Amino acid sequence: MEGWDPNTKSTLTQIPLLTTKSGPRDGAAWTVRLKEEYKSLIAYTQMNKSNDNDWFRISASNPEGTRWTGKCWYVYNLLKYEFDLQFDIPVTYPSTAPELELPQLDGKTQKMYRGGKICLTVHFKPLWAKNCPRFGIAHALCLGLAPWLAAEIPILVDSGMIKHKDDATSSTES
Amino acid sequence: MEIELNDLIADLQSLNQSLPDPSLRDAFHKIQSRVEHIADLVRAEPVRRSKVKDMSAEVVDSNPYSRLMALQRMGIVENYERIRNFSIAIVGVGGVGSVSAEMLTRCGIGRLLLYDYDKVELANMNRLFFRPDQAGMTKTDAAVQTLSDINPDVVLESYTLNITTVDGFETFMSSLKNKSFSPDKQGNGVDLVLSCVDNYEARMAVNQACNELSQTWFESGVSEDAVSGHIQLLIPGETACFACAPPLVVASGIDERTLKREGVCAASLPTTMGVIAGLLIQNTLKFLLGFGQVSPYLGYNSLKDFFPTMQMKPNPQCSNAACLKRQGEYILAKPDRDAAAKAKLEAEGPSIEEGPLHDDNEWNISVVDDHEPDGTNTTSSDALPEGLTHELPTADEFQNPVTPEAPINDNDDIDELRRQLEAINSA
Ligand SMILES: [Zn+2]
Repeated sequence: MEGWDPNTKSTLTQIPLLTTKSGPRDGAAWTVRLKEEYKSLIAYTQMNKSNDNDWFRISASNPEGTRWTGKCWYVYNLLKYEFDLQFDIPVTYPSTAPELELPQLDGKTQKMYRGGKICLTVHFKPLWAKNCPRFGIAHALCLGLAPWLAAEIPILVDSGMIKHKDDATSSTES
Repeated sequence: MEIELNDLIADLQSLNQSLPDPSLRDAFHKIQSRVEHIADLVRAEPVRRSKVKDMSAEVVDSNPYSRLMALQRMGIVENYERIRNFSIAIVGVGGVGSVSAEMLTRCGIGRLLLYDYDKVELANMNRLFFRPDQAGMTKTDAAVQTLSDINPDVVLESYTLNITTVDGFETFMSSLKNKSFSPDKQGNGVDLVLSCVDNYEARMAVNQACNELSQTWFESGVSEDAVSGHIQLLIPGETACFACAPPLVVASGIDERTLKREGVCAASLPTTMGVIAGLLIQNTLKFLLGFGQVSPYLGYNSLKDFFPTMQMKPNPQCSNAACLKRQGEYILAKPDRDAAAKAKLEAEGPSIEEGPLHDDNEWNISVVDDHEPDGTNTTSSDALPEGLTHELPTADEFQNPVTPEAPINDNDDIDELRRQLEAINSA
């Protein structure tokens, strides 16, 4: 776990691991995996809430559980910045991680691929590959999205690329 | 526009006849010649060439294939015109894929299938092929526009989709299987799949499809620092698949720790991408038309102008089930292969005995060495040839988990779990 901050590390170790190596084309085996994903996500969300570090909402937007949508947010200078979050479960999951997308930030930062897919650190993919199939959606959010928001949102706010939602209406009054 | 310009030229001429003041004639002639120059430019607007029924070897300036058919006359290629029977799928129409598509189009390939979900952006203009006026178009549409202009003989099919999603993957698979272009063909509807994507997820999806369909394919890639790249031939069951071992990449020689990644995702150069596209299509042509040797793996280190090569056997413990199935079939077909090889050898007469290139599988990466024609052509996976390295570690499935696994209870109801998550989400 070289290259990760202690906070991410300790959170990660508390997220329940998964065991079934199956993807969205594997029929009944995928349902087994999907159950593990739910349990892991439920535990992670609960953990965040009890640690006063609630920072995302995610739910499957189709019955097959292959497309997920929700929100994530980050607090910077006491202001909360919230973004749509979406991703597909790739056909080769869990060998490959889901590519997390923040469509509202597409084109606003270099640390993003086309379509608003966040650009992960050099440490993410090796760790994911090493831990296949034990890492799931919750781990991808913890290891991929959380550090990305922590690194990029302050830069985007400071450079004026994103504005707080109250800012746009109140700026003329001040 | 041409008609209007002609009218204008006629008007100017009649006005010239009735011009009362000869001192204005000079200025008038200047205007006249400027209009005629514009008319010339308009007349030179592109003319679309018509389709060609047969490839001719006749050397005339109107024959688009004369220099290619000359390959046949020179004895490099036995039958060049066969190229019109081939179908190639190009996955990813970016810096490498678009240039590859143009090369195959100019070579007169029979049919091209193009897959991409991205749009052309001005940020792509440091690469070849796409033009600034195509910004905003899908890459597949823009490619079809340019390629059909260059060579209307090529049958173009475009698929604007993401092959890593469940729906995109199904369409991808069925398009590869579709045999309407050449119903008598053996196997799938395409002769070769070229992976020109820029990410691991999409490569794994191509690998999955080709393993399931027993489809030979080429993988290609350029490093994120834009200074190295590679191509790799994958024959399901016979060579290592993309999941058999962690992906092999060319070591740039730059220390990872000194590489400045802050603030950027990836760099790109038209040169590196052009070189990789050239190597990819050169090997594609050799594969299709049966000349020269096709490289199983060819790396390119642009900083040192170094080209490492190697060969990889399939991994009997590969995590991909379809790969294992293909490996089994390959082993079963060994007697037939041996008989065919023996017959070929006898037909050709005595020659130097070659080392076993595809011996029985032993999980390992084999490095083919010219100086060791027999025996030890397999080495451990750690002993990669100079200049090559693994991009990712292998799955570490034996390591003890750091926390207890989520309890497995098959009686759990998926809808109940979904409700539980929703309840926490809305709490
Ligand atoms: Zn394999």
